[in-house]
Amino acid sequence: MLFNKQLVRNLNVCTSCEHHFRFGGRERIELLVDRGSFEEHDSEMTSADPLVFADSKPYPTRIEAARAKSGEQDAVITGFALIGEVPTAIASMDFDFIGGSMGSVVGEKITRVAERALAERRPLVIVSASGGARMQEGTIALMQMAKIVAALGRLADAGLPFVSVLTDPTTGGVLASYASLGDLIVAEPGALIGFSGARVTDQTIGEKLPTGFQRSEFVLQHGFIDQIVPRAQLRDRLAFFLTAFRPVAHDMRWSL
Amino acid sequence: MVDKLLGKRTAVETNGHLPEAGLITDARAIAATRGTAWQAVQLARDPKRPHAQDVIAGAFDRFQELHGDRLFRDDPAVIGGIAEIDGLYVVVVGQQKGSSTEENIARNFGMPHPEGYRKAIRLYRLAEKFHLPLITLIDTPGAFPGPEAEERGQAEAIARSIEAMTRLATPVVVVVLGEGGSGGALALGVGDVVLALENAVYSVISPEGAAAILFRSNAEAQRAASALRLAGPDLLELGIVDALIPEPPGGAQTDHAATAKAVRAALTSELERLSRVPTADLLSARYERFRAIGVVVEPSAGQAPPKKEPWWRRGIGKVRL
Repeated sequence: MLFNKQLVRNLNVCTSCEHHFRFGGRERIELLVDRGSFEEHDSEMTSADPLVFADSKPYPTRIEAARAKSGEQDAVITGFALIGEVPTAIASMDFDFIGGSMGSVVGEKITRVAERALAERRPLVIVSASGGARMQEGTIALMQMAKIVAALGRLADAGLPFVSVLTDPTTGGVLASYASLGDLIVAEPGALIGFSGARVTDQTIGEKLPTGFQRSEFVLQHGFIDQIVPRAQLRDRLAFFLTAFRPVAHDMRWSL
Repeated sequence: MVDKLLGKRTAVETNGHLPEAGLITDARAIAATRGTAWQAVQLARDPKRPHAQDVIAGAFDRFQELHGDRLFRDDPAVIGGIAEIDGLYVVVVGQQKGSSTEENIARNFGMPHPEGYRKAIRLYRLAEKFHLPLITLIDTPGAFPGPEAEERGQAEAIARSIEAMTRLATPVVVVVLGEGGSGGALALGVGDVVLALENAVYSVISPEGAAAILFRSNAEAQRAASALRLAGPDLLELGIVDALIPEPPGGAQTDHAATAKAVRAALTSELERLSRVPTADLLSARYERFRAIGVVVEPSAGQAPPKKEPWWRRGIGKVRL
């Protein structure tokens, strides 16, 4: 038996089987950063309805419902913080907001935080939890992939580290863009990590995927992530990596 | 209205060039003749439509195909090589669909595996190394979603391909020939100029897929198609593509030669223009082109964030309340 209070105290991880239940975007930031160091950016940014999307439910209504459900303005929270005393830029996605889907707001906020990280020479950590691009924003949502990847490219050119943390689930357009491009990629145990959802595969090629397919352990085995890190150890692990990669002032590098 | 939201600028102004003869840069110009979104989807998927090979054969003077990703195998769904157009050598990479069932099976219906994208990346690097402009031709329902593709890192391959294109130090022209299916298409879709054939579509998800998720029924695909705004004129309005290449009346499938000729004309003029731009400017313009896409609402945009009060003043404020 598992009690709710026990679960919350144990960071939403089952006390007996170590199953990692989903974790909100804001709680994630609280978990990872040094206490009180988080400074949120662009907290008021919200989605428009660029396509005037005609659906069974209008897109603005969906957003309103998601806002009520998750308490967030959109599917990502970004800002500056200290992780293990290293000044870091962080973005944390919230699956409760329309499946953590990536629309213009997610694209813009992550791009901005990456650009600010570049300006202040901070490393970047992105915690992904997303089903992929947000259908209701059509091709505009798709282009956010290119936009974020381009910003990460500039970060890489400047020699700044980017650590990608994959949590349950990280699929579709998010995995096929920034989530796969970390200098280091770590995942939570048992997280669903894959390009196409089981439904799409079933529909396209009429094949059922085997169980355990597209889980962290599978992805690790196939060489696409560096480590699987249990939630309780995530903060210390990130602190270790970020300290190791701590950006050095440019003129201090003997290679230059 | 979208233009107002985006705070811009027609596609013509975005790229800082005048409308080229023969290219459609204003969706209103073809508003009278455009069909429904579903018709566009049908046309874009027509098996008789010219595919990458037909366009390459018709638009370039010479072409030598190159094979393999040097890692795993040669993916038949992605073709690429070196071509000559008007005395200029370029690298061409495109997704290849088949025009018959057998050919489609061989080409995996134009759905690339990770090795296809890795082959594309290899060719991008080749273009960069030898300062050849890159031309990509998009025509895919999407990246292959099967288990072997997952095992070999489909998502990683696509991400790397997008990354490579955003920073490729050579002019890049993208042409959407038929179907632009989501991330699998975007992997070839980051360029200085993005063109599309008049009846091409480009979407984040197939209309069938969207219908299955939104309306819980495959039959609503037509409705989903119009909601997704995936047809050429929509893409032009949204600033996803810079210009449309006109197709012969009735669609590209009626006249392959004329379509290839229109593609050739568009490519020559774009390459001529891009070849005069210094690489650094090209890269920053490419960054800004994609940076500008997205519509958000910010209640207090441009305002400085409220000054953080010292802790004791915050305390007083609370007491007064």
